[in-house]
Amino acid sequence: MTYTPNTDEDRRIMLESIGLDSIDQLFTDIPKAHRDPDLKLKGPLSEMDVLAHLQSIANENVSLDQLLCFAGGGWYDHYVPAFVDQLMLRSEFYTAYTPYQPEISQGTLQVIYEFQSMVCDLTQLDVANASMYDGGSALAEAISVATNFTGRSKVLIAETVDPAYVSVAKTYASPVDITISPVRNFDVDQQGVLIERQERLQSEIDDETACVVLQRPNFFGWLEEHFDVIATAQQKDAIVIVVGDPVPLGLIKPPGDLGADIAVGELRHLVGPPAFGGPGAGYFAAKSKFLRSVPGRIAGKTKDNAGRDGYVLTLRTREQDIRRERASSNICTNEALVALGATIHMAALGKTGLQHLARLCVENAHLAAERIPRSRFKLGTDRPFLREFPVICPIPAEQVIDSLAPHGILPGIDLGQFWPELANHLLIAFTEKTSEPAIDRLMKTLGGLK
Amino acid sequence: MLPSDLKYTREHEWVKIDGTNGLIGITNYAQSELGDVVYVELPVPDSTFAQMDVFGVVESVKAVSDLYMPIGGQIISRNDSLTHNPEKINEDPYGDGWLIKIKLDDNYNADDLLDSNEYETLVNDLHS
Amino acid sequence: MKQEPVIYELSSSGRVGVQLPPLRDPQKQINEYLPAEEIRNQLPLPEVSQIDVVRHFVRLSQLNFSIDSDMYPLGSCTMKYNPKINEVTGRLSGLSSIHPYQPDDQIQGALKLLWHLQGLLSEIAGFPGVTLQPSAGAQGEFTGLMLIRAMLTEKDSPRSKVLIPDSAHGTNPATATMCGYKSVGVPSGSDGEIDIESVRRLLDEDVAAIMMTVPNTLGVFETRIEQICEMAHAAGAQVYCDGANMNAMVGRVRPGDLGIDVMHLNLHKTFSTPHGGGGPGAGALCVKEHLIPYLPGPTVEVDENDQYSRKHTNSRSIGKVHSHMGNFGNLVRAYTYILSNGKSGLKSIADNAVLNANYVRVQLRDRYDLPFDRTCMHEVVFSGTRQKTLGASTLDIAKRLIDYGFHPPTIYFPLIVPEALMIEPTETESRETIDRFVEALRSIADEAERDSSILRNAPVSAPLGRLDEATAARQPDLRYSQP
Repeated sequence: MTYTPNTDEDRRIMLESIGLDSIDQLFTDIPKAHRDPDLKLKGPLSEMDVLAHLQSIANENVSLDQLLCFAGGGWYDHYVPAFVDQLMLRSEFYTAYTPYQPEISQGTLQVIYEFQSMVCDLTQLDVANASMYDGGSALAEAISVATNFTGRSKVLIAETVDPAYVSVAKTYASPVDITISPVRNFDVDQQGVLIERQERLQSEIDDETACVVLQRPNFFGWLEEHFDVIATAQQKDAIVIVVGDPVPLGLIKPPGDLGADIAVGELRHLVGPPAFGGPGAGYFAAKSKFLRSVPGRIAGKTKDNAGRDGYVLTLRTREQDIRRERASSNICTNEALVALGATIHMAALGKTGLQHLARLCVENAHLAAERIPRSRFKLGTDRPFLREFPVICPIPAEQVIDSLAPHGILPGIDLGQFWPELANHLLIAFTEKTSEPAIDRLMKTLGGLK
Repeated sequence: MLPSDLKYTREHEWVKIDGTNGLIGITNYAQSELGDVVYVELPVPDSTFAQMDVFGVVESVKAVSDLYMPIGGQIISRNDSLTHNPEKINEDPYGDGWLIKIKLDDNYNADDLLDSNEYETLVNDLHS
Repeated sequence: MKQEPVIYELSSSGRVGVQLPPLRDPQKQINEYLPAEEIRNQLPLPEVSQIDVVRHFVRLSQLNFSIDSDMYPLGSCTMKYNPKINEVTGRLSGLSSIHPYQPDDQIQGALKLLWHLQGLLSEIAGFPGVTLQPSAGAQGEFTGLMLIRAMLTEKDSPRSKVLIPDSAHGTNPATATMCGYKSVGVPSGSDGEIDIESVRRLLDEDVAAIMMTVPNTLGVFETRIEQICEMAHAAGAQVYCDGANMNAMVGRVRPGDLGIDVMHLNLHKTFSTPHGGGGPGAGALCVKEHLIPYLPGPTVEVDENDQYSRKHTNSRSIGKVHSHMGNFGNLVRAYTYILSNGKSGLKSIADNAVLNANYVRVQLRDRYDLPFDRTCMHEVVFSGTRQKTLGASTLDIAKRLIDYGFHPPTIYFPLIVPEALMIEPTETESRETIDRFVEALRSIADEAERDSSILRNAPVSAPLGRLDEATAARQPDLRYSQP
C-alpha cells in the first residue's frame, strides 16, 4: 500500500509542464555512482497483510492483558478511560503540526495552555511548558537550567532517583561543565531493609552546589524526609529539583509547597498503557524566576485583532530557531499528543478523581504489604510508602520473576539490575487495576516458592 | 531624524556624552528592524564594561540581539521602567527608551564612533 | 464562532468525568496511611462531567487545521498523509500493553520489531548501525554529536568546533552548544549549495564535525557532498547529516553511500508518523561502523537461536538519551509504514515528492521570485520580495493563504533568503490539490498587485484573526488562575 494519489497520466502531464521526459531527469544532481540503489527490501504489503504481520509480532509478546502486572519503576499499568484515546484519535489533533500559525491552531494552543495550567496546579509552581520528551530528559534539562542560573556546576542527585533518569542526566551533563554526584542516601541493614540516610544528602550541599535532585515518592516508593535537605539547599542558594509521578501528587504535598524550584516527571501512565517505554511526555514546571530559562514550547493567552481571546506560542526567543547556538536547549518537537491525552484525563479526573485514584493505589499497596508472606519475605522499608515498595526475597529477585512467569504473574522489578547488593530485592507496584484476589494470588504464589 | 548630538556604533547603539557621563540606547533603525520589543536584559549598577563588550540583550517577538557598549565605562543606572514598558524602546528610542547611564572610563575613546552623517550613510547603504 | 472557554471555566462543584472503583475502606483517613505533614491541602483541578470534557475537546479540535483537512505545504516538515493502519498497529495490545521492565523473554516481539526496523532503516539510508532511542530529530542530533565526541575523545583528539551552514535549521547550532562545541558558520554560494572554498578554509585540526543538511534547506541537493566528506575526513573531522529532508532521497540515493558518517532520520517526517500538534516524534540515528561502539544502550542483540535480548551498556557507550528504548509507539508506526510501502513504494516516495515540488516551482516562478531557479528536490524556496515592494510581506501572503483554505508554507526560513516562502507539497498530494494551491498563490499575487491591504488584513475566514504576539510576550499569561 502506498499513499501517492497521482497516476502515470498525472505524472506525464506534470513532467510536460516542467519540460522533462522522465522523473529520472529530476535526480541528475545525485552522483551517478550512487543513484538508484537496489534496496534489498520486499515489495509492498496490502493493509490486510501488514496488519496480520504486525499482529503476529504482537503475539510474540506477553502483554499485560495476559499477565498480572506488579511492575512499576516509573511505568504504571493504569486504566485509561475510553474517551481519552478516542479524543486523541481526532484527526484535527493528531495530524496537525506545531501551532506556528495560531489563527488555525487554536485547538492545539488552548490545549497546551490548559495542560500548562494543570501541571502548575498539580505541582504548585508558577510556570510549565508544553512538555518534554520524557521524565529523564526533563530532569536533564532542569539540571541545565539550574547550572546556568547559579553559575555553579556541582549537581547532587539522591541515589533514590529513577536510575534511568540519572543515566540520561549524566549523558547530557558529560559534554559540558556539569558534574553529577549521586549521593547514597540509603543503607541496607543486616536483614536487607533499606534505611533512609537523608542526612548524607544534606551534608553534601555547599556553596558550590548548583542543585539538589530528589524524587517523591522515591524510586523505591517511599516518601523521604525532605525538610532539612530543602532548607539547607535554600540557605546555600542551591536549586531544588523534585522528580515526581503525577498520580501520588493527588495526595501528597506538591513540590511548590515544599519550597522546590523545579518539578519534572513522566505523564505517560495517565494517557495509555506502558507502550514499552514510549512515547511518554515529561512535564516541566518551575518558579516564575526561571521563566526565561524554561526550555521548550510555551503557550500564552492574548487577543486577536478583533479583541477575541486566543492563544499563541510565546517567549519564542528562548528557543533554538531564534537563539541558535545561544539556545540553552535544542528541543523542537515535544510530546504534544501525549500531553493532550494527559490534559483530557486530568480534566476528567479533576480535583476529586485524581485524589481518589491515588488513594486506590495506596489502599492496594498497603493491603498487599499486610499480606506479604512473612515467613520468607519481608517488607524492605519502614518509611511511609504510597503505591510501591521493595520486598526482600529469600532467593534472587530475578529467579522470583522467572518462577512466577508460568503463573501469569509479573511480580515486580529486580532491583539487583541497578544495585548489585539488592539482588534479592523486588520492587512491587500497585494501581487501581489491582484487585484483592490478584494481591492474594501474588502473595500466595510467592509464599509457595521453593 | 537622527539626533546630531549623539555618537553611533555600527551595531546600532547610540551614546550621548555629557562630561564624564554617558547615556546609551539603540537607534531608530535598530528598533524598527527588531520589531516590537518584548524584553530587555540590562546589567546591574556598578558593573563595568569595555568598549564593544556585550552589556545586555534586547528581544523582540521573533529576534534576539546583543547590545554592545559604544564606549567603555561603569554602570550608574539602568532604565528599570523598561521591565514593564519595553515598548518605550520602539516608541522613543532616543528619549524614554534609553537603556543605561554610565560613568565614562577615564581614558575613553570616541574616535571609532560614527557621527550622525556617517551613521545615516551606513543605514542607507544597508537598505539598498 | 463561539469562543470555547478554558476547561476550568466549565467546572462545577461535585462533577467528575470518570468513575473509579469505590475505595475499599472509605472511612479510613488519609493520615492513617501517610504522615499528616505529607498530605496536600488542595488540588485545584477542574470538576467537569465526562460529556462536558468530551464536548470541550471536540470543539477545540474543530478550531484546528490538519493534514486530514487540506494541504499543509510546510517546507522541511514533510506533512504527508498519516496512514490510519499505523494507528491500528500502534494500538495492538501486544505492542502497547507491554512494560519496559518485562524480562526479555516476555517481549521478544518488541525486540524483534526494533531489530527489524533498525535493519530496514539501515538498508534505506545506507548505514550499518542504527539506534532508535532518540525521541526527536533534535535529540538525534544530540546523540550523533555525542557519538562523534566520544570517538574523538578516545582518539585523544577532542577538538572544539563544529562547522554549520548558514542555511541550517536552528537545532543544529543549538545541539553543538549542548555538546560543548563552538559553532562556526559556513556561507552558501550563489548556486544555493554550501560554499566549498569556505569549507576548505575553515576545516582545521580543531573541527570535530561538519553538520550538513542534504538536500539543504533551500531544497537543493548538495552536489559536492562526497568531496566535502573526503575533505572532512582528511582533516580528521566527521560528517553529520541532518536527515529532515530524507523525503527527497528515499529509494533514489542512500546518504551513507555518499560518505556521511552519521545521520538522523525524522520518523515523523519521512516515515509518516503523525505530528500530533507538535510531537511525539522519533529521531532514528544511523551510523557508520566506527561509531557503533558508542551507541546509547541498551542495544538490541539476536543470537543464533533467533532469541532477542537487550544488551546493557558497554563502557564505551555515551549512555542513555531516553529512559528506555525510545518512542516505541512511533517506531511501530514507522515500521508499519515501511513494510506497507515496500521496495517499490519507498522508491515512489522521493519520485513523486520531487516531481510535485518542481511542478509547483514552474507554475509559480513567473509570479514569485525564485532565488535559485534550478531543479529543486522535494521542496522549493520562493522569496516574497516582489510582493514586499507592493506592501505585502511573506507573512501577509501566508496569512492570506489561510483564507484560501490551505495551511501556509514555512516562512522566513532559511534565514539566508529574504522573505522566504518554503513549499513542500510531499508525495501524498494529488495534481488537482496542487493545482488548487498554485491557483490560490497566483490569486494572492494578483491581490498583492491590486490592493495589498487584502493580504495585510488576512486571515478573515479563520476562527481568529491575527494575534497580538507582542503583548503575549510582554505580559505573559501562561496559565489559568482561579478568579
